[in-house]
Amino acid sequence: MQMPAPDQAVIGRRDAIVARLIAALSAAGDAAARVIDDPAETRAYECDALSAYRCPPLAVVLPSTTAGVAAVLRLCHEERVPVVPRGAGTSLAGGSMPTADAVVIGLARMNAVLETDLADRFIRVQAGRTNLSVSSAVETAGFFYAPDPSSQLACAIGGNIAMNSGGAHCLKYGVTTNNLLGVTLVMMDGSVVELGGPMGEAPGLDLLGVVCGSEGQLGIVTEATLRILPRPAGARPVLIGFDSSETAGACVAAIIRAGIIPVAIEFMDRPCIRATEAFAGAGYPDCEALLIVEVEGTAPEIDEQLRLIRAIAETFAPVAFRESRSEEESRRIWLGRKSAFGAMGQINDYMCLDGTIPVSALPQVLAGIARLSGEFGLDVANVFHAGDGNMHPLILYDANTPGDLERCEAMGAEILKLCVTVGGCLTGEHGVGVEKRELMGVQFDAADMEAQMRVKDVFDPLWLLNAAKVFPLAVSAPRREGLRHAA
Amino acid sequence: MRPETEAELARIIRTASGPLTPIGGGTRLWPGEGQGARIDLSGLSGVVLYEPAALTLVVRAGTPLCEVQALLAAEGQMLAFEPDARDGSTIGGVAAANASGPRRVQAGACRDAMLGLRFVDGQGEVVRNGGRVMKNVTGYDLVKLLAGSRGRLGVLTEIAFRTAPLPPARATLALPGLTPAQAVPALTAALCGPHDISGAGWLPGQGALIRLEGLEGSVAIRRAALAERLAEFGAVEPGDDALWSRMVPRAGAGDLWRILCRPSQAPGLLAALPEPLALDWGGALIWVALPPGTVPALPRWSGHATRVTGPGPLTLPATDATVARLNASLRDRFDPHAILASDETCRRISPPSS
Repeated sequence: MQMPAPDQAVIGRRDAIVARLIAALSAAGDAAARVIDDPAETRAYECDALSAYRCPPLAVVLPSTTAGVAAVLRLCHEERVPVVPRGAGTSLAGGSMPTADAVVIGLARMNAVLETDLADRFIRVQAGRTNLSVSSAVETAGFFYAPDPSSQLACAIGGNIAMNSGGAHCLKYGVTTNNLLGVTLVMMDGSVVELGGPMGEAPGLDLLGVVCGSEGQLGIVTEATLRILPRPAGARPVLIGFDSSETAGACVAAIIRAGIIPVAIEFMDRPCIRATEAFAGAGYPDCEALLIVEVEGTAPEIDEQLRLIRAIAETFAPVAFRESRSEEESRRIWLGRKSAFGAMGQINDYMCLDGTIPVSALPQVLAGIARLSGEFGLDVANVFHAGDGNMHPLILYDANTPGDLERCEAMGAEILKLCVTVGGCLTGEHGVGVEKRELMGVQFDAADMEAQMRVKDVFDPLWLLNAAKVFPLAVSAPRREGLRHAA
Repeated sequence: MRPETEAELARIIRTASGPLTPIGGGTRLWPGEGQGARIDLSGLSGVVLYEPAALTLVVRAGTPLCEVQALLAAEGQMLAFEPDARDGSTIGGVAAANASGPRRVQAGACRDAMLGLRFVDGQGEVVRNGGRVMKNVTGYDLVKLLAGSRGRLGVLTEIAFRTAPLPPARATLALPGLTPAQAVPALTAALCGPHDISGAGWLPGQGALIRLEGLEGSVAIRRAALAERLAEFGAVEPGDDALWSRMVPRAGAGDLWRILCRPSQAPGLLAALPEPLALDWGGALIWVALPPGTVPALPRWSGHATRVTGPGPLTLPATDATVARLNASLRDRFDPHAILASDETCRRISPPSS
C-alpha cells in the first residue's frame, strides 16, 4: 500500500509539537484529554481493521471535549501537521490508518449521551459513543437507532458518519445519512460549526449531507444528533433454501417486485453455509444458497407478510422453508449469518469486498465471481445484503503464502470493476479509505473527482485532514503537495 | 434557450456571459429567484432506465413530474417522498427544491430517495455522482449537496431515484376537534408508538390527521391500536385520504412562510402566529400566511423560518457566519463566474417578485 512520504520536518519537530499539543489542550480546559507519544503506546493506533497495513503515527491525542478537538486541530493547522481522525478504529478500508508524520485524534473519550428527547424522537451523543450503545440508551423507552453495521458493538458513531455506514436493516430504514439530523463539526482550522437541524434540514446547501460519508476529510464530528425510532412490536425471520444462487437471486427480485419491503434480506452461498455450520452449528439446510428474510410488526401482521413471501418463494421450488415460531428459533436463524465472518476467519484469511450492484444483475455477477475464482485460483464465499444489492464476497487466501495477498487484491479489484460495469459501485458501506482509493478512476472520471475535491478545498484548503485517502494518490497529489507547501 | 441535450446545455453555460436561471416548470421558485436569462430544461426529458424489481428509476431532469408518477403507478410503484403536484412541475425541479411531502416522516425526504445524478456545473463541466444502487459510499455524496441546492451549484440533467411499492391499503384517522397546538401532542403520541405512521399533520377545519399505509390486514390492526392510543386526545374519526394532497398550501393572500422546528417547540411558535395553513411532519413543519412584508416575532427555537412567497428572500434566524462562508465558498468553487444566478446577485439586477 503506497502512502505519501512523511514530512521529515514535522517528524523532526515531534517533541515540540507534542509539548504544544499538551499546552493547547490545557489552555482549552480539556483536563481529561490525553496525549500519547510513547512509541510503545502509539503502536496501538498504527492500523484499523484493515490490519494488513500499518504505520505508527507521530502522536495520538484523545480529547474529551469539542473545545479540546478544536484546540488540537487549530494547532496542527498552524504547525502544518497532518491529522487522521479515528472513531473506534474498526474501518475495513483503512479510513483511520495514519502516516508517520500524522497526529491521530481519537474519539474514545467522547462517549457521553448529551440529550435524549423522546417526544421529538432524537438523541444527541458525543461521536465516540458506540453504535450499539446509542440504541441501548433508549431501549427501555421503546426506541432504537436504526443503522446497524455488523461491527456495532465496537464501532463509533463518528466513524459511522465518516463512512455513512449501513447494516442489515437498511432496506427499510436507510443508512446513516438517512438517520442523521445534525452534527457539531470541527474543521481543520479549528472553527466549530453546527450543521443540520429539525428533520436534518438547515437553510442553504445540505452541508450535513456532504459531510456524512466524507471519510473524515472535511472535519471531525464531535457530537451527533440521531433520529431514533419506536421499536416495532415484533420481528421474525424466515429461512429459505434454494438449489442455486441464481434462483435465490431471482426470488429476491420477485419479493421486492411484489411490493413487499422486508426489513432485511440476507444471502449466503454454499461455501459460506458450510463454514458457518462447522463454526456455529445453526442447523442450516444443506443447499446451494439461502435467504434470511425478516419482517416486522405485530404477530398477525408478520403472519400476513410471511404468507405472501411463502407464496412467492414456492414458485422458485425452494429446498427448505423455515419460519421462526419463537425467539429461540429466530436466534438460531440469525446465528449463522451473524457468525459468518468469524466462521470464515476460523478456516482462512479472507478479504471482504463491499461492492453494490443492481439486484437485477445478481445472477450475472455471481457467475462472474465464480469465473474469476477459477482464474485466480482462490475460493470465494458470498454473504451479503441481497435486498439492496450490497455484496460481500469473501476471497479466501493464505497470508503465509508469499504472493497470495497480492493475488487476492488483484482478484478483488477485478470483482469491483465487474460491480461498476453492471451499474453498481465500488463500496456500499465500508468506504474507500486507502483500500479502494486507486480504483476510484474505474467509477469516476477526472471531472467527477475534481468536483468532489473542490468540496475538500472549501473545508480543508491545505489538505491536512486524512488527505491520503479516498482519491487516487496521483489525482490528489497537486493539492496535497502544492497547496500545503505554497501556504 | 431550450437545450435538447446535456452537451448543448454545457455549451450554453460555458459560453454564457451573464447570469442564467435553469428552469424546470418554474413552479417552485422562491422570492428573488429566476431573475437570470432562463434556460428551459423541458427538452432534457424522458426515462433513461426503469427497473421495478430493483426499485430504480433513472430519469432526465426536464421530465414532467406527472409523467414520472403515471409511469410508476402503472407498475404499482411511487416516489415515496410524495412531492406535491403542481402544473408543469418537472422532476428536476422537485430534486433541486428537495420537495418532500407528508410521507417524509416515514420514508424520508426527496434527497433520501436520490441515488445518483448528473449535472453541469457553472463552468459547463459535466459531473456524475452517486449511481443507481441504494447503498453507495464511493466518494463524496454530492447527490445530497445538489438536492435542494436550487440550481446554485449546477444544473441537474439526470437523476436516479429509489422507487417504492404503492401501499395496497391506506387509512386516515382524524381528530377534528383539535386546534393546531392541541394536535401536536396527539401527533407525537402517534409517532412515538410502533404504528409505522406515513403522515401526521393538521389542516384548518379538519383537525389532526394521521395516515397508515401497508398490507390490508396490517392497516386494520394498526388503525385499531392507534385509535385506542389517541382516544385521550379527543374523538377519533375516519378521515379523508384525499386531504394529504393539501398539506403543502399555495400562496393565497399575504406571504407564505415555511417554519421548521422540533415538534415540542411548535406550540410555542404557534402562539406567536396566526392560525397556520397546515402543520405537517408531526408538527415539525408549520405553513403560515402573514400580511405582506411582515416579519414574525418568534421565540428562540431550534430550526428556521423561510419566506417562500413575498417581497424578497428572507430566512430567520440569520445564518451562522461560518455556515454562510461555507455556502458561499462552495458556490464560488462550483460556479466561479457566477453564471448560475444567485438570488442575492439577482436582487441587485432587478426588483424581486414572487
